[in-house]
Amino acid sequence: MSLLEKKTAGRSTSSPARPGRPLRQRIFGNGLKPGYLTYGLLLAFFLGSAYPLWWSVVVGSRTNEALGLEWPPLLPGGNFWTNVGEVFATIPFWTALWNSILISTIITVSVVTFSTLAGYAFAKLKFRGNAALMVAVVATMAIPTQLGIIPLFMVMRTFGWTGEIGAVIIPSLVTAFGVFFMRQYLVDVIPDELIESARMDGANMIRTFWHVALPAAKPAMAILSLFTFMMAWTDFLWPLLVLDAGNPTLQTALSQLSSARYVDYSVVLTGAILATIPLLVLFVLAGKQLISGIMQGAVKG
Amino acid sequence: MTVTDKRPVPAAAPPKTKSPFKYRLSGWDLKYSPYLYISPFFLLFALVGLFPLVYTFFVSMYDWHLLKGQGEFVGLNNFTEVLQDRFFWNSLGNTMSIFLLSAIPQLIAALFIAAVLDQNLRAKTFWRMSVLLPYIVTPVAVAMIFTNMFGEDQGLINNLLGNFGIDPIMWRTDTLPSHIAIATMVNWRWTGYNALILLAAMQAVPRDIYESAAIDGAGAFRRFFSITLPSIRPTMIFVIITSTIGGLQIFAEPRLFDPTDAGGASASSRPPCSICGRWASSGRTSARPPPLPGCCSC
Repeated sequence: MSLLEKKTAGRSTSSPARPGRPLRQRIFGNGLKPGYLTYGLLLAFFLGSAYPLWWSVVVGSRTNEALGLEWPPLLPGGNFWTNVGEVFATIPFWTALWNSILISTIITVSVVTFSTLAGYAFAKLKFRGNAALMVAVVATMAIPTQLGIIPLFMVMRTFGWTGEIGAVIIPSLVTAFGVFFMRQYLVDVIPDELIESARMDGANMIRTFWHVALPAAKPAMAILSLFTFMMAWTDFLWPLLVLDAGNPTLQTALSQLSSARYVDYSVVLTGAILATIPLLVLFVLAGKQLISGIMQGAVKG
Repeated sequence: MTVTDKRPVPAAAPPKTKSPFKYRLSGWDLKYSPYLYISPFFLLFALVGLFPLVYTFFVSMYDWHLLKGQGEFVGLNNFTEVLQDRFFWNSLGNTMSIFLLSAIPQLIAALFIAAVLDQNLRAKTFWRMSVLLPYIVTPVAVAMIFTNMFGEDQGLINNLLGNFGIDPIMWRTDTLPSHIAIATMVNWRWTGYNALILLAAMQAVPRDIYESAAIDGAGAFRRFFSITLPSIRPTMIFVIITSTIGGLQIFAEPRLFDPTDAGGASASSRPPCSICGRWASSGRTSARPPPLPGCCSC
């Protein structure tokens, strides 16, 4: 009975979607269920985000002439496989792909593990110097990468690591970004009482971490893995410096395509597309993980 | 329970030395574990961060010669020289301007997108992942598209403006338009990234709070400002700090936008590039390594 009143009163009902929803609600949503307007906005964001990628596919499947046209073509052409052949002929694609996969995977596993541990310690454990050390971590982010890149190269050369993919992996094994991110996420998500009670039950520190912090940290870990992998995958400057042309990552190998006197941009973009496909696959895999992780976090939270 | 059972009776045992090993171990565990957990970061930083930093500072105190190597000790002279350089101040101003034009709109847009994505959408995964697309597009494509959009003669935007009888905007020559163009590129690339970080925090807010607020008659805006924003405060701080730091270090976008004019009198130069550009183009390349942001990757 009051349901009817509420419905006429409008907004306060949280009625589930049903075919008979008023038009106004169908467009603007009723607060808990998004309406057409939301999807329209999302579609606009999507087109804006995806257009350059699509454009790369279009130009990458044509010849260089596509760039000279007054209106950029909207559909792919038939030159894709020729360009792919050109890419394979110019750069050591499979070596580069394998190196990129290896580097990005190791970095991701390491960053997520150590950042979660450190972020948990900073967020939830009491120890002397906690606040000061956290500030130090954040402060290290303010140092531009370019600043230390030459001395870092000298360090790597001293150890004889230049040319090895280890030289790319080691500097990124744990990042201030990751530690800070996990700290900020965990500080409110884990209730202090939960840690107290785990310790009361006789769990030691690492068991407390494993059974209390880790489940709560999962959504953030999923995001951090995704971002770390993407960053490692697209990193260019440092791999270019320490690796030689025979043993490159995908990004540095691709730069060989545009270093010739005459740059065939359709081939460059084909190479870029080939390098992006593994990331798109990762998106599909990580996307599912992200959703399930988030669900879990919401239940526990 | 088991732990307390094993504890020595305090009266019987003299303190510390005679307490069972296990008990002492658990004390160590409590006291030193946090340091163990944070140690990987600091150890790695000492190797790959601190040493290069100290070394760079050491180098910056000397005169330096490309062929002869290290010259005399000049103290802070290199720094004074940079601070007196008008290009340095010019590029610092440019950085601040681009930073303000990018950081603030970016944060607002990221919050908005995250709030939209936080709803009970159909095809959630698809929408969420799509905001990351700008990040994975190759810089070559980004540069070509944005250069084309912001071209001065035949650019997409100027053509559109021309249809309405508006004079073309000098996206490269004029200071503010060039800053806006670069900030647009930065925002396009990083907004979705920040939105996803904020979304992760929003997802951790318990859903029942929203439901009861909705039943109590709180509208979408009220729920956003009274529940969402306060709940994600730590992550907001994270995004603000990281995007501030990142914004003050922008390097790729200005170079992509105007690759031919790295530094010098270019209106859009920022410290790293203007310094490198100058050192590279003037005959004084060999004089000394750039003391401040020590890149030579330009």
